Amino acid sequence: MSELLKVKNLHKEFGKNVVLKDINLSVEKGEVVVIIGPSGCGKSTFLRCLNGLEEIQGGVITVDGLPVESGKKEITKLRQKIGMVFQSYELFPHLSVIDNLILAPTKVQKRKKEEVIREATELLDRVGLLDKKDYFPRQLSGGQKQRVAIVRALLMHPEILLFDEVTAALDPEMVHEVLETMLKLAKSGSTMLIVTHEMSFAEAVADRILFFDNGEIVEEAEDVKGFFKEPKTERAKKFLRTFEYDSALYI
Amino acid sequence: MDYAVIESYLPLYKDALALTLKIGWQGIALSLLVGLAGAAILHFKIRILKTITGIYIELFRNTPLLVQLFFLYFALPKIGIKITAQTCGVLGLGLLGGAYMIESFRSGLESIAVIQTESALSLGMTKEQTFIYVILPQAVSISVPGLLANVIFLLKETSVFSTISLMDLMFTAKDLIGMYAKTIECLFLLVVFYLIMLLPVSILGSILERRLRYAGFGD
Repeated sequence: MSELLKVKNLHKEFGKNVVLKDINLSVEKGEVVVIIGPSGCGKSTFLRCLNGLEEIQGGVITVDGLPVESGKKEITKLRQKIGMVFQSYELFPHLSVIDNLILAPTKVQKRKKEEVIREATELLDRVGLLDKKDYFPRQLSGGQKQRVAIVRALLMHPEILLFDEVTAALDPEMVHEVLETMLKLAKSGSTMLIVTHEMSFAEAVADRILFFDNGEIVEEAEDVKGFFKEPKTERAKKFLRTFEYDSALYI
Repeated sequence: MDYAVIESYLPLYKDALALTLKIGWQGIALSLLVGLAGAAILHFKIRILKTITGIYIELFRNTPLLVQLFFLYFALPKIGIKITAQTCGVLGLGLLGGAYMIESFRSGLESIAVIQTESALSLGMTKEQTFIYVILPQAVSISVPGLLANVIFLLKETSVFSTISLMDLMFTAKDLIGMYAKTIECLFLLVVFYLIMLLPVSILGSILERRLRYAGFGD
């Protein structure tokens, strides 16, 4: 296995407010890393740093050995290697589904339109949305939009995919279809970094769990089942307990 | 009202309308170009140009078109730049309109959520590609009502052209009144011809607006 993403001593602050402290992480090709933690702990900001949407104040991030530096010209090249899917989908509302999909591959990577359309059609079919090809985003449900957003990221052939709470804005019955899509991706060997609050999904998909709190990695676990059964740190225990309590409420 | 008089004046008014429209649309086209360029400069916060654009907007929005035209028509020749009355009209309208168009485009651009830009950047697009393919198309459709209001405003402002001896509608009316004193007929024709010029724009505008709202991205 080869190292794809490396983060060394990452430090990020907004003014005086330190949001990420001394983060170190190494992700290998094909690995699925799930990041969990309470709201406001810095997990989304961490993902945004990885593709240069946020400037960092210290440390080094490399993808495929190349440094991620926001504001530099090379960042557009690097971002093609890093797909990102957002909580609020962020499809382009003025473009149809198919035009959303082919925009970046044809304009950024200068690939042939017919070839991209062929691939897009194939991927849409795989996520069960082929019949929505010519729809506009406003005509789709949240779950459908999110699957289109995933396909849009995939079409750039990224080497690593970042998912930022992609099911958090969805109605419960839509969550499943999106998670299913992601699970398939994970099984097909994609390298993924996933921020989520879906604990059972995290347990099913993760090769490794990172538990963030207060801008730090508090616990890192390769034994995913073990982590969810019996986390080592007190803070992780407390965090997981809030979910048990939640689910108990709904029974 | 004397209908024979009206009939005999019609050709003159038609010519005047043609000239008003010609200069009007050229000026509006120029104002849209200026507006787009200015809005892009402000959007990308290009250093020195940003300040110049700001000064330009304040200068042209806070002086009357009449004064601007006088400047172009009477002051420029003094420093050796001679332009025809028509060019002067197009330039004046284009520059005045440009200042308003920038603001309309800008309000559209500002209404697009930042995360749309981030989403486009995440796909590897450059800032320029993001602007052209993602942000601008959305912004323009939001700007349409403002842009149309500007178009109507500018077409009405053409009435000032008469002061630099352009034979526009206003000039023709004033001229005819001065010569033959058929005031009522002349003013009646003037109103009718302004309506002929502007009503279609207004109607087209509201149709376009409704269409855009219907297609509203409502996400």
